[in-house]
Amino acid sequence: MTPVTLLSRGAVVLLCCWVLLPIYLLIVNTFSSQADVSGFPKNLIPPMDTENVEFFMGYFGVGKALLSSLKVAAITMILSIGAGAPAGYALSRFDFRGKNLFRVFVLMTRAFPLPLLALPLAVMYIRIGLDDSVLGLAIIHTVLALPFAVLITYSLFSGIPIELEEAAWTLGCNRFQAFVKVIFPLVLPGIAASAVFAFVISWNEVFAAAVLTIENRTLPAFLLQSLGTSPLHLKFAGGAVMVVPALVFIFLVRKYLFSMWGIANR
Amino acid sequence: MHPRLLPYLLLLPAAFFLCVFFLYPFFLVAWQAFFTDAGEYTTEFFSEMLGHWKFEGALKNTLILTLIVVPIQTALALFMATLVSGMKKGRDIALYIWTIPLGISDLAAGIIWLAIFEQTGFLNSFLYTLGLIDQPQTFLGYQSKTTIFVAIVLAEVWRATAIMLVILVAGMGLIPKEYYECADVFGASRWKQFTRITLPLLKPSLQTALILRVILAFEVFAVVVTLGGTNLPVLMSEIYVWQFDLRDAHVAAAYAMVVLAISILCTLVIMWALRTPKEARI
Repeated sequence: MTPVTLLSRGAVVLLCCWVLLPIYLLIVNTFSSQADVSGFPKNLIPPMDTENVEFFMGYFGVGKALLSSLKVAAITMILSIGAGAPAGYALSRFDFRGKNLFRVFVLMTRAFPLPLLALPLAVMYIRIGLDDSVLGLAIIHTVLALPFAVLITYSLFSGIPIELEEAAWTLGCNRFQAFVKVIFPLVLPGIAASAVFAFVISWNEVFAAAVLTIENRTLPAFLLQSLGTSPLHLKFAGGAVMVVPALVFIFLVRKYLFSMWGIANR
Repeated sequence: MHPRLLPYLLLLPAAFFLCVFFLYPFFLVAWQAFFTDAGEYTTEFFSEMLGHWKFEGALKNTLILTLIVVPIQTALALFMATLVSGMKKGRDIALYIWTIPLGISDLAAGIIWLAIFEQTGFLNSFLYTLGLIDQPQTFLGYQSKTTIFVAIVLAEVWRATAIMLVILVAGMGLIPKEYYECADVFGASRWKQFTRITLPLLKPSLQTALILRVILAFEVFAVVVTLGGTNLPVLMSEIYVWQFDLRDAHVAAAYAMVVLAISILCTLVIMWALRTPKEARI
């Protein structure tokens, strides 16, 4: 092994540690007892005490916030795939007037600070009776997730040869049947990945959630609101509960991570 | 149904959604910033915002944070992407680990770094065990703005470099291998290959990554609130305070216009600075 490769190996390992160490430390804190969390100096090996997590789960409002989070994320997932996948399909399969305009429009949403939408929507929602509701929050999360859903599904559909569809048409399928029987099974894993991605976006969003909900707070909004008042060990348990699903999700979508920016398909 | 209508029909839900919940609210927020509830034009909300003692600090903190964080992230992401492009074994696992923070929210990232920097945290334990300090230090108190700043920079670099990494790795995959082979034949060094081939051809991805990252940097919120509390105001935390604690949606909207204005300005500057002529595209 040459010194250069040895050096770059070292850098890779070092950077992996840089990412993993803080997460490990959070886990240590989560599985320590309350006394250990505020104790000093600390152990680097967790005593595997679940008292902390149990206390967090039983803490007033946590269960409800967790449920709201799941509900909002699930609705976001359905809405963004429901609206995004047809658009992705249209972009990949048809040439039509206004196609580029639509692409630019979708890309443009990324150039705006989207959490700001929560401010005017707070007013609008009161008018139409969606204020402080799970659906209202899910809608704004969908605005965040929809551009990604469009771009991911666009690159997914583009990756499937149109000849497959054409073959199905010549064998007597109409457009809809060809889609359901031939294309859909092929893109299903990718669609699932982009749904998971939408879920993560919603699960993690703090600002809009904190602005738009009062009674139906999601977990991040709940944690944010109680930052000033809750004891340290509670914050750490809450942080860990938020991080764990994220780890699983990124693992599930890792294959598709690179197509979500719409530049990885050739 | 006419087949030419089909694509429009498929686009309809997404287009409708974005118009109603993206375009329209942006008009609303601008309206809220410039007009009173009675519908009269006024600049009163802007003068109230400008006159508030926290405004200047919030703007300055946001801009300085962006100026420090984004260059570090760009350099780090470029370095990581180059490392990974030279790897055969272990590429996938390294990329998986490096993209983990992508799934972690800013709030959770703030809490993670709180575990390190708080008074009984791991940094204090570490320094104490090494014998460098006699008793736990307060890193995040109201008197130690610099350490709060450092903690926020570290947390942001840790959390949000992954997003740039993903875009840059995807962009590097698009550069034809032949260019590097050719450079090898002519004896160009690794560094020269990086500056003369990789960087120029990476411009479009670099542009996307920078725009995205800069806009997200202006939106920095939960990390700052967890680590700094109210000691270090930024634009988004001020918006939150005006909307929630002071119950003045108009001034909050004026702040929103500031965030929007600097976001659009930076987007335009980055687009211009990293433009690629049509002939030079791969």
